Amino acid sequence: MPRYQFREGVWPTMSLQKIDYSQFRRSPTIDLVGVEERVAKFNSRSIKKESKMFALKLAMSLCDLTTLDAKDTPGKVKQLCAKAMRPHEDLPEVPHVAAVCVYPNMVKIAKKALEGSKINVAAVATGFPSGMTSLKFRLDETRWAVSEGADEIDMVISRGKFLAGEWQTVFDEIVAVKEACGKAHLKVIFETGELSSLDQVRFISDLAMDAGADFIKTSTGKVQPAATLPVTLVMLEAIRDFYYRTGKKIGMKPAGGIATAKIAIQYLVMLKETLGEDWMNPHLYRFGASALANDLLRQIVKEKTGRYQSFDYFSKD
Amino acid sequence: MSRQENSDRLGVLKTYKLYIDGKFPRTESGRYFKLKAADGKILANVCQGSRKDVRDAVTAARTAFAKWSRQTAYLRGQILYRVAEMLEGRRLQFTEELVEQGVTRDKAIAEVSESIDTLVYYAGWSDKYPQIFSAVNPVASSHFNFSMPEPTGVVCVLAPELPSLLGLVRAIAPVIIGGNTAVVLVSSKQPLSGITFGEVLHTSDLPSGVVNLVSGFRDELIKTMASHMDVNAILLCAEKDRVGDSVVVQEQAIENLKRVSVWKDIEANPYRIMEFQEIKTTWHPVGA
Repeated sequence: MPRYQFREGVWPTMSLQKIDYSQFRRSPTIDLVGVEERVAKFNSRSIKKESKMFALKLAMSLCDLTTLDAKDTPGKVKQLCAKAMRPHEDLPEVPHVAAVCVYPNMVKIAKKALEGSKINVAAVATGFPSGMTSLKFRLDETRWAVSEGADEIDMVISRGKFLAGEWQTVFDEIVAVKEACGKAHLKVIFETGELSSLDQVRFISDLAMDAGADFIKTSTGKVQPAATLPVTLVMLEAIRDFYYRTGKKIGMKPAGGIATAKIAIQYLVMLKETLGEDWMNPHLYRFGASALANDLLRQIVKEKTGRYQSFDYFSKD
Repeated sequence: MSRQENSDRLGVLKTYKLYIDGKFPRTESGRYFKLKAADGKILANVCQGSRKDVRDAVTAARTAFAKWSRQTAYLRGQILYRVAEMLEGRRLQFTEELVEQGVTRDKAIAEVSESIDTLVYYAGWSDKYPQIFSAVNPVASSHFNFSMPEPTGVVCVLAPELPSLLGLVRAIAPVIIGGNTAVVLVSSKQPLSGITFGEVLHTSDLPSGVVNLVSGFRDELIKTMASHMDVNAILLCAEKDRVGDSVVVQEQAIENLKRVSVWKDIEANPYRIMEFQEIKTTWHPVGA
């Protein structure tokens, strides 16, 4: 199978929707060692004082506060929504989060609880987290979630089909889900922990953006490893190349495993130095997280009081 | 060819590091202070632990607490006894180290022995102090009402300067035998014994993070330890020339109502276990 090698200015000029993925892979290959070295550099940045406070608050405003358990109850979702609107009782200066992410059957409850706020409701749909069901059901689920009031849909791709080389099918499914979303924003989850290599990550990123994804997202949070810095860097670079190619800005959402403020700040450093400030807002960047919010709060209180904080004094979500 | 000690051989010097979460990391700050013998010879470069080292140690102690506090009294006793066994086996090393740091040989030998005996003493108390300090309380209803001690949580220990080894053992044994986990600032005058004691703990089946040892200076770390919101109690071994310490500790401990213990001596007795215990009272209905 011929393999497309990336060179500046030689991207196909045909209509993006008509790219035949079954014929060739157009994505550049990834230099694993180079990626790891680059990531190590981001982690060496020292972020202190005002910059740290700025980063902590920014990270909070980028959070998709998430609860995706089979045991979720309306009470749990309402509590999470309250936290989304006002993360900490004593800290009114802390911004609200970007969205609350729930299963489709909780959308209505979340929507009502968030009434009057600017916080979106995101629903995971398409047979989350495996996606192992017929396309019809997946599309129906998407339409239903949107009709319940979801502003954003987080879909999963068919990893099995992708790994089997049925790229056109994966492409077509994303197009179909995007259509089913209507006005809702579409985030496409790759589950990079199951894709085996960074080459694959880069390829699926290009494919999904061509297919109409508004956001690309690393993981469901149900599979380990979830989001990692190298994977996210590869996706950010794909977003940058897509922007150079089409002029369209696609969003990025690392999810799963980002539990501490320290790691979140590393992600923000990487974002700033890869895509720049244009992307540093909730329209183009999100953290999919549940435990992160509390650690951000803990660090904010620590910065304010000078005392190291305990989880004993923050709400249990 | 048989191995022979070559007089030209370069000795392998030990790097004295911290003991945090079952590992021996260098201080994250990269700072060191020189420890000198009485004759001015440099004994070692000792890590000057930082606030972040304390923070990391508290995180490790908090994680370890969940399991350690639920272990049976029997097992905790066995493990503390194992620590005594390991210390016994290293008697010579600890004696030499104390002598190097300026303790006379006789006193050093006695200090190591007493340290071992202290561990055995508290190991024996592990399943006895709950019996002695628990109570069945008289109540005017059909209930069994009983009170019993439970570990308080993460305990910061400011170990005595001297005696450096015995003082350390006397301070941490009652803390951990009661199911707490400890973050310890070892003696700054004789830090080597405390740091080497980490090697004994490490080979004694004591789970990672139950005891964390940091070397450094009180002036720098006392406030961090006393103000940390995730620390539930603090043990200050008072020094005669540092009267301000107890004020700092008590002021900083107010915010999260830490238990504060100030010790003017290092006696061993079961009440010292109880200083780091909470009392839980349970009502249990009985028929008729």
